[in-house]
Amino acid sequence: MKVSFFPGCSLEGTAREYGESIEAVCKSLDIELQELSDWSCCGASSAHSTNEFLSVALPARNLSIAERKGQDLVTPCAACFSRFKAAEKALTCESKVDVGIPFQGKINILHMLEFLCREEFSEDIEKKIKRPLKNLKAVSYYGCLLVRPPRVTDTEHWEDPQALDILISRLGGESVFWPYKTECCGGSLVLTRVDIIHRLNGRLLDMAREAEADCIVTACPLCQANLDTRQEEIGDKEGVSYDIPIFYFTELMGLAFGNKGVRKWLGRHLVDPRPLLESKGLI
Amino acid sequence: MELIGDKNFRDVVVDAVGEEIFTCYQCYKCSAGCPVSFAMDMLPHQVIRSVLFNQKERVLSSRTIWVCAACETCTTRCPNEIEIAKVMDVLRQIQQESGKQAKEPKVPIFHKAFLDSIKKTGRVHELTMIRNYTQKSGELREKLKTGEWKNDVKLGIKMFLRGKLKVMPPKCGGVKEVKKIFEQAKEHKKA
Repeated sequence: MKVSFFPGCSLEGTAREYGESIEAVCKSLDIELQELSDWSCCGASSAHSTNEFLSVALPARNLSIAERKGQDLVTPCAACFSRFKAAEKALTCESKVDVGIPFQGKINILHMLEFLCREEFSEDIEKKIKRPLKNLKAVSYYGCLLVRPPRVTDTEHWEDPQALDILISRLGGESVFWPYKTECCGGSLVLTRVDIIHRLNGRLLDMAREAEADCIVTACPLCQANLDTRQEEIGDKEGVSYDIPIFYFTELMGLAFGNKGVRKWLGRHLVDPRPLLESKGLI
Repeated sequence: MELIGDKNFRDVVVDAVGEEIFTCYQCYKCSAGCPVSFAMDMLPHQVIRSVLFNQKERVLSSRTIWVCAACETCTTRCPNEIEIAKVMDVLRQIQQESGKQAKEPKVPIFHKAFLDSIKKTGRVHELTMIRNYTQKSGELREKLKTGEWKNDVKLGIKMFLRGKLKVMPPKCGGVKEVKKIFEQAKEHKKA
């Protein structure tokens, strides 16, 4: 199985362990990720906040390269996914926008979570599980752009999505219900209004704790970074201490598959998940 | 308070977001679900009303358009399918084109640093972008004064040691094409 792969800018930096775990998991499942040649940034929220043309043309350039290649395009970043889907709609709808870049909508655009949860992989995933995530209680955190707005993302369940929950159960873990699946982490406000980030992420961490979850599972580099890197600051502000590991879903897959390198990925987190996993006998 | 502002303003917004905006019946659903409403000076339903009243200055000088996190909850839940998050986008675009100082000046400076990074290397180089942002927004100066820089340095060192900071700028063969897109974008401004 071959697909075009759009890593996105953060996989080269802050979300390095996401990229590493994706590579290992896809290799285990015999999926060949072909990195889109000369891919460029999707523009993220800065493009759509600044200039309409940029917000369509920057993703369109990548979509056009992928369409020429003729394979479906998979991206692990919720923001890239959202910008690609929005551009896809803008370029192919009735009143379509012309940015001088050809794209006819002949390929599918998928987020990595949606892709790996396809029925065709379910048997392979079950076969690969060597170490079920027994006793690991996790809350699924989808965030915003993976699901909203549904007329852009083509998501069926935007208020109570299920893909991550099903995956966690399939890997042998316990998916714990909580009401904050699709709440916002504040995204790029982390640089400009960190006080807002503290408040939003503090609420998420509190709710995860109230749900008695051991950890939070994400599918977005920005959600993971906001939740993982600010726990000390939020704790200092509120006079409490947080120590909740924030996993990428592919890290949990790699852990269950017994992939080499798991310890290395987990070592990149600011809240070290290894003590938790050791206490559960999972590493 | 202006009751009838720049007539052209409302048309520009309607052109960009669609006529559904006229169907707003102020049900407050957007404001009730907004995760950052606590930091806003106008709630989302008030922004929609003000746009329909042509109150250009009022909405463009608001804090709301900058603290909006673009989470799309409002758009998703609007019973009349108004693209509220897109209204916020269009307002941010118009405000940035005006050249006036924004109520939350750091946010558009961040967007500029982010886009400059794409223009230069085709992809965002997190380190360069953050350096440019902290310098240009005055954040560096502020943090040097308050001593807060120590926390940032601490976080930066932790991330560096964990291999999360890419030191060298990315190499993207498509830089020329990306630069061309930026050139074309200049001709497609709102106002």
